[in-house]
Amino acid sequence: MISIIDYGAGNLKSVARAFGYLGIRCRITAKPREILSSDKVVFPGVGAAASAMQTITSRGLDSVIKEAVYLKKPFLGICLGAQIVLDSSEEDRGVPCLGILPGAALRFRNSHLKVPHMGWNSIAVLRPHPVLAGIDRKDQFYFVHSYYAACAISSDVIAVTAYGIEFSSIIGRDNVIAVQFHIEKSGPAGLRLLKNFSEWNGVVEPC
Amino acid sequence: MLSKRIIVCLDVRAGMTTKGIKFEGNIDIGDPVEMAVKYYEEGADELVFYDITASHEKRNIVIDVVNAVAENIFIPFSVGGGLRTLKDMEAVLQAGAEKISVNTAAVLNPELIRQGAGAFGTQCIVLGMDVKKVPARSDIASHYEVVINGGRTYTGIDALEWAKRAEDMGAGEICLNSIDADGTTLGYELALTSMISERVSIPVIASGGAGKPEHLRDVFVEAGADAALIASMVHYGEYRLAEIKKYLAAEGISVRCV
Repeated sequence: MISIIDYGAGNLKSVARAFGYLGIRCRITAKPREILSSDKVVFPGVGAAASAMQTITSRGLDSVIKEAVYLKKPFLGICLGAQIVLDSSEEDRGVPCLGILPGAALRFRNSHLKVPHMGWNSIAVLRPHPVLAGIDRKDQFYFVHSYYAACAISSDVIAVTAYGIEFSSIIGRDNVIAVQFHIEKSGPAGLRLLKNFSEWNGVVEPC
Repeated sequence: MLSKRIIVCLDVRAGMTTKGIKFEGNIDIGDPVEMAVKYYEEGADELVFYDITASHEKRNIVIDVVNAVAENIFIPFSVGGGLRTLKDMEAVLQAGAEKISVNTAAVLNPELIRQGAGAFGTQCIVLGMDVKKVPARSDIASHYEVVINGGRTYTGIDALEWAKRAEDMGAGEICLNSIDADGTTLGYELALTSMISERVSIPVIASGGAGKPEHLRDVFVEAGADAALIASMVHYGEYRLAEIKKYLAAEGISVRCV
């Protein structure tokens, strides 16, 4: 069973529908016992970092998320979920986040490009990962974001995407993987990643 | 590199996809859910559903359509038409739409843009603008006037001023529809698209007039559109999405091919 952490994020249902379409069992839940007893955890997100963190901490989900990661459950962050696994976000003059991966979410600063970065873009995989099996350079993913993950440790960057700068579009370490794009709205390529995640044991073989 | 998006537009009336020219003489052309699945599989980057159901009591049909679409396709899609309140917006987002498009309701009540962006995020709010070319006069300096009620009512609002104001109020994208070009298949209105696209910093979706792949190239390359809306080009089987994208890729335009 996959638990999708419920903290009121807008794309919960879309993620659940994508799993449902693939015939993969999942539940949307905010109950610590259910989250910690599931095989895998999905941490979605849409919207602002500050209000998301506020909801997460007020529901006591921050410690549950950290415990799930500590228990080595395969853990997938999506969109805002890929930013608030970091130490902090620049949004709203600075928001302390979960600190699962060292780094910060930074705002795109490029005067001639439109922000948010919205639409389909490709990824360049820097580190092979079981969740990325079968994905190649022509596959594109759907992005909507104004902030991006800047990891403090370069080996936490799994894939990068070009938008004015080259930013980290997939980050992770051990049993944690987090994608900046909307995996649930990324067509067949996104569904492929969700299926791969559902089959992943949380282990990344060292290169 | 960010791809140019091709968005397929489906006008839905009482649960059926319909198509007219300049908002008139509509005929039903298919089941919106089946059509959505077909375009998803053929590589549409996004879909937009405009609910043009006239009678109020049949409006909940669109929610059923949205639910069914969301269960079967996994690309973003927006829904517009008759959304007047935050509650209307919430209902379509809850049913699985990624974005909501507001048009007439935003002209009548611009606060709706701010409220929608505040409640659901700017990325959810698409301002749909129907625009007609008019002779220059003092209050319409750009030559383009915003029209509402399906093109029947002139508002006295300058299209460029409205686009900038909507951006300031929190619109995340602008879907710019030329009533003059709509349904003609003679090409997008490039001067209008280029003018708005240059003056706002949010993505602009060009709409109205697409008839052949060259029209998409023109609006991307010459007018700087971020996305292009198509309907009749693909609805009647004249072109397939894959062939349009292949053409654009050969023209050196970044597109997503599936």
